Amino acid sequence: MTLKAVVNNVAQMPASADAVVDIQKLSLTFQTADGPVYALSDVDLTIERGDFVSFIGPSGCGKTTLLRVIADLEKATGGDISINGVSPQEARENRAYGYVFQAPALLPWRSIERNVTLPLEIMEIPREERIKRGHEALKLVELNGFEKKFPWQLSGGMQQRASIARALSFDADLLLMDEPFGALDEIVRDHLNEQLLKLWARTNKTVAFVTHSIPEAVYLSTKIVVMSPRPGRIIDVIKTDFPKDRGLDIRETPEFLEVAHRVREGLRAGHSYDE
Amino acid sequence: MTKIKLDKFCLVAAIAALLALIFPLTGIDPDSGKQIAFVSDIPGIAVAMALSVITGAAFTWLGVGRIQYAAIILAVAVFGCWQAVGALYNHGIAGHAATGFWLFILSLWAFVWRGIDVVARYRSLETAKQQSANILVPIAFGIWLLFLWEVIVAGFGVPQVLLPAPSAIGLRFISSTDILAADFHQTFIKAVISGYVIGCGSAFIVAIAVDRVPFLKRGLLPLGNMVSALPIIGVAPIMVMWFGFDWQSKAAVIVIMTFFPMLVNTVTGLNAAGALEKDLMATYASGYWSTLFRLRLPAAMPFVFNALKINSTLALIGAIVAEFFGTPIVGMGFRISTEVGRMNVDMVWAEIALAALAGTAFYGAVAYVERKATSWHPSFRVRRH
Ligand SMILES: Nc1ncnc2c1ncn2[C@@H]1O[C@H](COP(=O)(O)OP(=O)(O)O)[C@@H](O)[C@H]1O
Ligand SMILES: [Mg+2]
Repeated sequence: MTLKAVVNNVAQMPASADAVVDIQKLSLTFQTADGPVYALSDVDLTIERGDFVSFIGPSGCGKTTLLRVIADLEKATGGDISINGVSPQEARENRAYGYVFQAPALLPWRSIERNVTLPLEIMEIPREERIKRGHEALKLVELNGFEKKFPWQLSGGMQQRASIARALSFDADLLLMDEPFGALDEIVRDHLNEQLLKLWARTNKTVAFVTHSIPEAVYLSTKIVVMSPRPGRIIDVIKTDFPKDRGLDIRETPEFLEVAHRVREGLRAGHSYDE
Repeated sequence: MTKIKLDKFCLVAAIAALLALIFPLTGIDPDSGKQIAFVSDIPGIAVAMALSVITGAAFTWLGVGRIQYAAIILAVAVFGCWQAVGALYNHGIAGHAATGFWLFILSLWAFVWRGIDVVARYRSLETAKQQSANILVPIAFGIWLLFLWEVIVAGFGVPQVLLPAPSAIGLRFISSTDILAADFHQTFIKAVISGYVIGCGSAFIVAIAVDRVPFLKRGLLPLGNMVSALPIIGVAPIMVMWFGFDWQSKAAVIVIMTFFPMLVNTVTGLNAAGALEKDLMATYASGYWSTLFRLRLPAAMPFVFNALKINSTLALIGAIVAEFFGTPIVGMGFRISTEVGRMNVDMVWAEIALAALAGTAFYGAVAYVERKATSWHPSFRVRRH
């Protein structure tokens, strides 16, 4: 098997017609009591259908904020953004995306099954259909059998998997994930990375994934967005070309290490003219 | 050589019981100038005292490490209590108890204290055993307090008007069940229940409405505190003027008392849902009512139940006090105010006992529903695999 990573800079490439997320000159400034916080500035980015895009950067560089702007949980203060050709608010109202937060955010009074089917319930999908789809989503994250348990009866990793199942349950084409595996140990994380990659390869979803782990970013992505803080901006976009059915073992290949090196260089450069 | 650890409580019990055998049991009868009774005249209490000396001495050495030992000393204490009460009433000690008698009570106190302490520390993996131990502790302690009350009132001959003995209250309670039932029906079933339901229910609905108006939300807390501080003795006569003498005016007082605790708690509870959960609902484009029923009301439940519990106590107090300001000739508050005037203090106490029972049962029922409804809350959940 030959692995060939084609690495090229795509930051200046024009927006494609099949863009799921199209961001131009986006900026966001939080007005706080201590003066303005420039969370994002001059961000240009295109996410195409089927892309797996990772956002990497030191903490506080605006990764969460960028994802929240895409999800319409935060309003940009400048620039343009469209999701599937419409405004983020319309996209949210169309239930265009599933969002996985950094914390599981399961409702403690609902069983795992009822947590996973919560979005379906809000979308007024009939009960039988809900249960069927909830079941399938739980199977995807290997939590079948835990339907009747309550969140506090599950470990942290299982809770996070349940929250992923919840985001998958209504089958949105776009998945927004904010450091979903940040709090988990290395082994569980590797396993979930593998599962996530398989899911992406099978369903052809578009994924925007925030992380601060370089190997995780390189392993998962078709496109790595390197960010730097204050103000949060994109300093490099790295496109990789690993096969879709890659296994964890590609992390030992020279191509992988080469991409990882470039990501690290980008992060270092971002830091140097900050301090 | 291992150091022997003496059980201090059993030691006290043994010594006190020994001294009780020596010191005079009663005072001098002012008419005859003789002692009223001797330990030797009353075989029951003599046996109980001797048994206490032996048991106390034995467990001073053995220690009360096991639940079985605790059962033995509690059994000895129960026998002692029974004999002490018998001596008080059957041998004329009532009103004339002296050092010997009180030393024996001290001995019993030491046994009961030690015994309950051991039961309270009892830990078993078997749920049934653990639960019986958990229930036994407050019951045993309650019975012991009633016993102390009884012997102190009888032993010192406290006048009935000042404080009747629990037995007198109990007898009065049993012989007046029809009056008590009528009073309970008037005060609790009619006034308390309706006032509580109207007060809590309307406050809950108003809270949901207020929640949508930001300035009301902020202005409410100080206003709520002000209304809560209104003295019911000022409000009650006005309500009687407005709504008449019957239960409606009492229910109105209860509505005023329970409204604001419920309103303030529900408004607070509606804001208890975290920002993360609200964002989650937003990502599903969940509407106002959907988020209210699926997120905010469930998250508010611990606060709502808190208010329901506070209000269950307030409602009963409110109804009883309000009846002091005019009522038909029935009701718990009415009975208390008239029987005090007639010096029928045992009837007053019977009503107090009824109020305590009703209040505890009411609170317990609300707490039970809370446990069922919010079993997900960290304060209730039990880890089961
Ligand atoms: N609601 C907010 N109000 C004010 N400042 C905020 C808010 N949210 C985020 N920030 C600030 O914006 C910057 C970017 O935050 P964030 O997007 O959470 O970073 P990251 O996810 O990359 O760690 C940080 O400096 C943070 O303190
Ligand atoms: Mg973040």
